[in-house]
Amino acid sequence: MATTTIIERQDVKAINTGAKAAGAPLYKTRTKIFPKRADGAFRRLKWLIMLVTLAIYYITPWLRWDRGAYAPNQAVLVDMAHRRFYFFFIEIWPQEFFYVAGLLVMAGVGLFLVTSVVGRAWCGYTCPQTVWTDLFIAVERFFEGDRNARMKLDAAAWSFHKIILRVIKHATWILIAVATGGAWIFYFADAPTLLKSFITGQAPFIAYGTVAVLTATTYVFGGLMREQVCIYMCPWPRIQAAMLDEDSLVVTYNDWRGEPRSHGSKKALAQGLEIGDCVDCNACVAVCPTGIDIRDGQQLECITCALCIDACDSVMEKIGKPTGLISYSTLHDYNHNLVLAKNPTSGVIAPHRIRDASGEFISGIRHFDWRIFFRLRTLIYLGMWGLIGIAMLYMLMTRDRLQLNVLHDRNPISVKLSDGSIRNGYTIKLLNMVPEPRVITLSIDGLPGAQMAVAEMPEVQGRSADISVDPDKLRSLHVFVTQSAQMTTVGKVPFKITAHDKQSSEQATYAAQFDVPGAKP
Amino acid sequence: MANLNEVDELSGVETTGHEWDGIKELNNPLPRWWLWTFYLCILFAIGYVIAYPAFPGLHGASKGLLGWSSRADIRQELSAAEQANSEIVAKIRAAKITDILANEKLRTFAVAAGASTFKVRCATCHGSGAQGSPGFPNLNDNSWLWGGKPEDILQTITHGIRDASDKDARTSQMPAFGHDKLLTSDQILAVANYVRQISKQDADTALAATGAKIFTDNCAACHGDKGEGKREVGAPQLNDAIWLYKGDLNAIIQQINNPRQGVMPAWGSRLGDVTVKELAAYIHSLGGGE
Repeated sequence: MATTTIIERQDVKAINTGAKAAGAPLYKTRTKIFPKRADGAFRRLKWLIMLVTLAIYYITPWLRWDRGAYAPNQAVLVDMAHRRFYFFFIEIWPQEFFYVAGLLVMAGVGLFLVTSVVGRAWCGYTCPQTVWTDLFIAVERFFEGDRNARMKLDAAAWSFHKIILRVIKHATWILIAVATGGAWIFYFADAPTLLKSFITGQAPFIAYGTVAVLTATTYVFGGLMREQVCIYMCPWPRIQAAMLDEDSLVVTYNDWRGEPRSHGSKKALAQGLEIGDCVDCNACVAVCPTGIDIRDGQQLECITCALCIDACDSVMEKIGKPTGLISYSTLHDYNHNLVLAKNPTSGVIAPHRIRDASGEFISGIRHFDWRIFFRLRTLIYLGMWGLIGIAMLYMLMTRDRLQLNVLHDRNPISVKLSDGSIRNGYTIKLLNMVPEPRVITLSIDGLPGAQMAVAEMPEVQGRSADISVDPDKLRSLHVFVTQSAQMTTVGKVPFKITAHDKQSSEQATYAAQFDVPGAKP
Repeated sequence: MANLNEVDELSGVETTGHEWDGIKELNNPLPRWWLWTFYLCILFAIGYVIAYPAFPGLHGASKGLLGWSSRADIRQELSAAEQANSEIVAKIRAAKITDILANEKLRTFAVAAGASTFKVRCATCHGSGAQGSPGFPNLNDNSWLWGGKPEDILQTITHGIRDASDKDARTSQMPAFGHDKLLTSDQILAVANYVRQISKQDADTALAATGAKIFTDNCAACHGDKGEGKREVGAPQLNDAIWLYKGDLNAIIQQINNPRQGVMPAWGSRLGDVTVKELAAYIHSLGGGE
């Protein structure tokens, strides 16, 4: 008999019980939360995501990527000193930072998309606050035991044993925090070199300062503040409400099958009471990392980590009931099922209304349907996300690696020379955006008879010049263009300045102007 | 006191007694994090006024334990910048102007430094872009009164032109042909037309023909047989398109009648060797340098 299984009832109350009731104080001291270990599909998924995200964070700066002799070989590097950003095969100059902005826009739209489909999945699975808090709780549980042991230890008077456990726990937390802060700085310099100089005390002050700040925030946020960061500091719980609709999957307590709750089904059945599936064991509250009771409904504190689903499912399995009393469910489905379950006249949930004679759910009950993923809202988000992605990819593939900027001298705009010819000056900036030295041919196109001279290169004569540009560097030259008196026409004469790389046949052209003073005839 | 303010029915919290259009403010306690931040700020402020200048006094503010001052910061930054440049400045001091221009690193530094000095010392007369104005030569073009080679430019800047305080100053004087009655006004008109002719401007050919003879007798000694000028005496080239005092007939007549003699101060003694070399490098880089 399933009912013989003894389900341990957790003595736990949601931390926000009565928070909204009249007369409740605005400021409330923190109620300590001792999340119980949960087991199940979502817990395993969370372990996996934690492993992957932490691995990405800690390992990425150590990946190498060969870019030849003239560029760093770190796969991901934000080189502040030289104003370059390297990401595997992509190199970004400061003026190309819009790619990063585009990625952030994509991340934003992606967040909207994910939220409109599966609610606060970001909060529950991948947010650094969640991942590190999860890790810190795992450490705590490893040293101090599960919920009951931790509560006992917390309540116990200070003893040698307690001190030892606490010191070990906090030391481990701080070690993790140092590693977290430490990993961050490796994104901004050559990781092996920086590690060596960091350990030997040769690293710049900013490195130590950054590690100190991030160590402190990791330790405080992950170890001490935990759910308070989500509840009080983070703006996302407030914004998310606008992202959800009736078809978004959210962690839901299905009260249409859970109510009325029974403390002891045997007793209740003996009394002839009708009971729902919820045995009020509070397992869902005990595992909750933000200390709430999901049975109170959707609430700001819920980060949708789905651990209550795991906890409840294991209880349902033990007592031989179908799983999914707490489940990812849409508001539409939930409302539909609730209407079925409620007695139309009294409005009381009556479990027999949704079950047939054999105890199975009636066919009218709605369950998860993957088709809810494809709605106008999600398709629009997906379309936006994809379009931005494709546009950026296209721009990345077709972007120039040879650029030419021309600044016409403004003071003076033009100079009359001894023989009456007119000279204009231009500051020309050649951008060699690949990590190889290149010889760029600079030439003037149009402006008949005009000759070119380069202030920095007295040997240059004629209408073009070969200019060597260092790898991944900008070369700035002051170029004089002179047109003889017989050839000039008064006014602003358009012509082109062209930079050409013979080897790669890349070309950049700038539409310049040649200014000849005088009254127009 | 407590009885003065009413207690809000709904929340059970006392009000502050402040009321705006019927809206009353609840006297809720401050959030604890806010209060602690406030206390921390007070602590910080106490530490700050001890460590840093804070209290105004009759003779300046209190010094503070750290002895910090913004002026000391600036002094330190300036001396650090000077220190950083000292090596290259020493090289410029030792090098000849031609060697400076031949060395890319020295030239880049000298041109940049010269440009900033130019804005302060020279732009007043020569213009901020060295474009000049009537009476003050344009330094961008390739017409030079006293020579456009680097060492010529350096000499001109160092010792000046017609500067009585410097015995090495470049100097020369064009006679006041009209004022001192060396030529009649008809002769001046003729020679002015001749000058217009050799500079390829509109001129009265008959007068110019008369002027040619007068030019050879009176002007060619300094300005050359064809009006090509003579840099040793700072005599401008006359058969080109560049005019120090404009090239129209009246301006030319005026200059022959009673010439203006430009004066430039000697900068060497005021700015020092290094700075005048930097200025010369900058002027030479403007496009007309030879």
